[in-house]
Amino acid sequence: MTAPAEPILEVRDLVKHFPLTQGIVVKRQVGAIKAVDGVSLDLHRGETLGVVGESGCGKSTLAKLLMALEQPTSGSVRIKGKDITKTRGAELKRMRRNIQMVMQDPYTSLNPRMTVGDIVGEPFEIHKDVVPKGGRRRKVQELLDVVGLNPDHINRYPHQFSGGQRQRIGIARGLALQPEIIICDEPVSALDVSIQAQVMNLLERLQSEFNLAYIFIAHDLSVVRHISDRVAVMYLGKIVELGRDADIYERPTHPYTQALLSAVPVPNPEGREQRERIILQGDPPSPANPPSGCRFRTRCWKAQDICAEQVPLLQIREGSSHPSACHFAEVNDAVGTH
Amino acid sequence: MVEVLSEPGSRGTTGGALLEVDNLHVEFRTRAGVAKAVNGVTYTVDAGETLAVLGESGSGKSVTAQTIMGILDMPPGKITGGEIRFRGSDLLKLPEDQRRKIRGEGISMVFQDALSALNPVFPVGWQIAEMFRMHRGASRSDAKKKAVELMDRVRIPGAKDRVNDFPHQFSGGMRQRIMIAMAIALDPEILIADEPTTALDVTVQAQIMGLLAELQRDSNMGLILITHDLGVVADVADKIAVMYGGRIVENAPVHDLYRNPAHPYSKGLLESIPRVDLKGQELYAIKGTPPNLLDMPTGCAFHPRCPYKRDNCVTDVPPLNTVSGTRGSACHYWREVIDDSAS
Ligand SMILES: Nc1ncnc2c1ncn2[C@@H]1O[C@H](COP(=O)(O)OP(=O)(O)OP(=O)(O)O)[C@@H](O)[C@H]1O
Ligand SMILES: Nc1ncnc2c1ncn2[C@@H]1O[C@H](COP(=O)(O)OP(=O)(O)OP(=O)(O)O)[C@@H](O)[C@H]1O
Ligand code: SF4
Ligand code: SF4
Ligand SMILES: [Mg+2]
Ligand SMILES: [Mg+2]
Repeated sequence: MTAPAEPILEVRDLVKHFPLTQGIVVKRQVGAIKAVDGVSLDLHRGETLGVVGESGCGKSTLAKLLMALEQPTSGSVRIKGKDITKTRGAELKRMRRNIQMVMQDPYTSLNPRMTVGDIVGEPFEIHKDVVPKGGRRRKVQELLDVVGLNPDHINRYPHQFSGGQRQRIGIARGLALQPEIIICDEPVSALDVSIQAQVMNLLERLQSEFNLAYIFIAHDLSVVRHISDRVAVMYLGKIVELGRDADIYERPTHPYTQALLSAVPVPNPEGREQRERIILQGDPPSPANPPSGCRFRTRCWKAQDICAEQVPLLQIREGSSHPSACHFAEVNDAVGTH
Repeated sequence: MVEVLSEPGSRGTTGGALLEVDNLHVEFRTRAGVAKAVNGVTYTVDAGETLAVLGESGSGKSVTAQTIMGILDMPPGKITGGEIRFRGSDLLKLPEDQRRKIRGEGISMVFQDALSALNPVFPVGWQIAEMFRMHRGASRSDAKKKAVELMDRVRIPGAKDRVNDFPHQFSGGMRQRIMIAMAIALDPEILIADEPTTALDVTVQAQIMGLLAELQRDSNMGLILITHDLGVVADVADKIAVMYGGRIVENAPVHDLYRNPAHPYSKGLLESIPRVDLKGQELYAIKGTPPNLLDMPTGCAFHPRCPYKRDNCVTDVPPLNTVSGTRGSACHYWREVIDDSAS
């Protein structure tokens, strides 16, 4: 896929620190959770950028910053050249129409007192000019059909659906305004494989039809690979490796990416006893107090003294054609393809 | 019967498996009508064995598990048929006080939305200890000691110092491990894990699945793993039950199912996995939508979506046909399907 020159979304040095406070009456700030800590990336029209990384590494916070649902500590998010973090009021509302989100948690992201029709149709209430009032019910039913839900269930409530069914409701709502950018935060994680395939085909179909750009966050690396043109791997608030899908999946150079790939279960039981795995020990360190130097060093089997002293920058390194944030970046033959 | 149940290690007298779900039927009576959530589910699990339950979202996997645990919402839920035999005796006929005893000690469960299942206002150690106080009448200090042991066992680093921490102070993966600690606290013979890793990323998933396998090896626990992740299933399952529309449509040992599925639905599932060589192409997707439980299709519930459908599929419910000694397929045309998937 040849990327056109002008990115639709430009993220520069984006930082989000959540204040950590202590005290009940008088709150004192005692530190900060460095949820997103210096992320830069571009997204082009019609392109899909996959984002993978461990729980708590800042993927959802990044998504919320891009949507201006959170105010960044510093950095910029330009959509078609205009910085959404500095936009307010009617202008912000207009920009938001263009960047929609499909949420992560099907259990809490839907208002339990609204019918499915109201939930999916809500964007039409906020942006009244998109579909005339009389056509909304039909439009909502079309959207339900498109995500694999029964259009006759338009008057039901979220609790009457299973977890997977509820996620489809969120996807239908994200598609409603036909935005140019859709941020999908774990959109198919709760779906069974047959519907997952339908939804991914649907996302790809909509993408080529309307030249949509996607940021696609998921923990299923084979799903991310299938849909992404490029993939960003995040660890503790930073991008540690960024490349075309084949770079990341076949020639990863960052130890974290290598561990991540080797942990992916292969959907084939043949030879499962022989499979080699890099199983990372422990959990990621707290983002309130990240390790000095390279943040991965507390779990990295290659760590040297320099890793504690110098932050490895995300840059292209010798022997590889895509950027990696490791002092000792190199292709590891033990990590296979997926 | 009471003696049999309270005697650890006894396996009943029927010669059947440790846990047998037999032709279970569950409905939900809602204002909109009767939702037939479970329509004749049959599966078995033995000590040390891992059964993976795969299936469409809404196909009744969790409801079956809730019924086994005796925690089904009744009403609106109603068990309309079948048996659930644990060591040979039908749990559905037991009085509630005996079921309560089996819950936790005989069979226990890690819930699908585990991350919200912990009580936010109590320390996690207290919540684990509560299991010992309730079921074993342990003293506060003994129970707390046990809680630390369990947190160690599920590899919470520095368990001793963290026993008084609250759920929000733990990461998602750690909270899931704490839920597992609570589920294995009383050394159950069967553990039901309902999507235990769905909310977690792969490195933590690998840890959790490794932990479950280890616990299972240590205590020869039977494991029912409910998931839609065909990768996880391929990794850990001994056998698989595939559900569709509240029924088991195929059951088979893991290798047979992946090599050679005998039901059009399982075949479709396997074909819709994204594969590297299919990048840039449309994925195979099973067409259509899952069945409406209020208005199940006649005959075979899969017929509106099935590429193998013939006229009799619309009228005749396919029985769970025996494919071989250990395999079954609820399809009239399973021979054709198995021939196609072999080629
Ligand atoms: N509103 C908030 N206040 C304080 N801390 C927050 C807030 N939102 C997120 N965090 C913290 O920021 C970090 C990043 O969280 P985020 O939800 O972005 O992670 P994630 O990568 O989406 O994880 P997951 O894969 O579990 O969804 C976490 O440590 C989280 O606890
Ligand atoms: N309390 C309830 N009241 C009414 N209907 C219910 C209730 N609980 C479950 N159902 C219905 O029963 C059916 C089976 O639900 P169940 O939760 O077992 O699905 P599942 O196979 O676990 O799906 P998922 O993979 O999405 O978790 C669903 O259609 C659901 O809507
Ligand atoms: S910089 Fe050092 S610690 Fe970080 S990933 Fe590379 S080798 Fe490991
Ligand atoms: S019984 Fe008929 S409709 Fe059902 S799965 Fe088999 S071929 Fe398809
Ligand atoms: Mg998230
Ligand atoms: Mg379920």
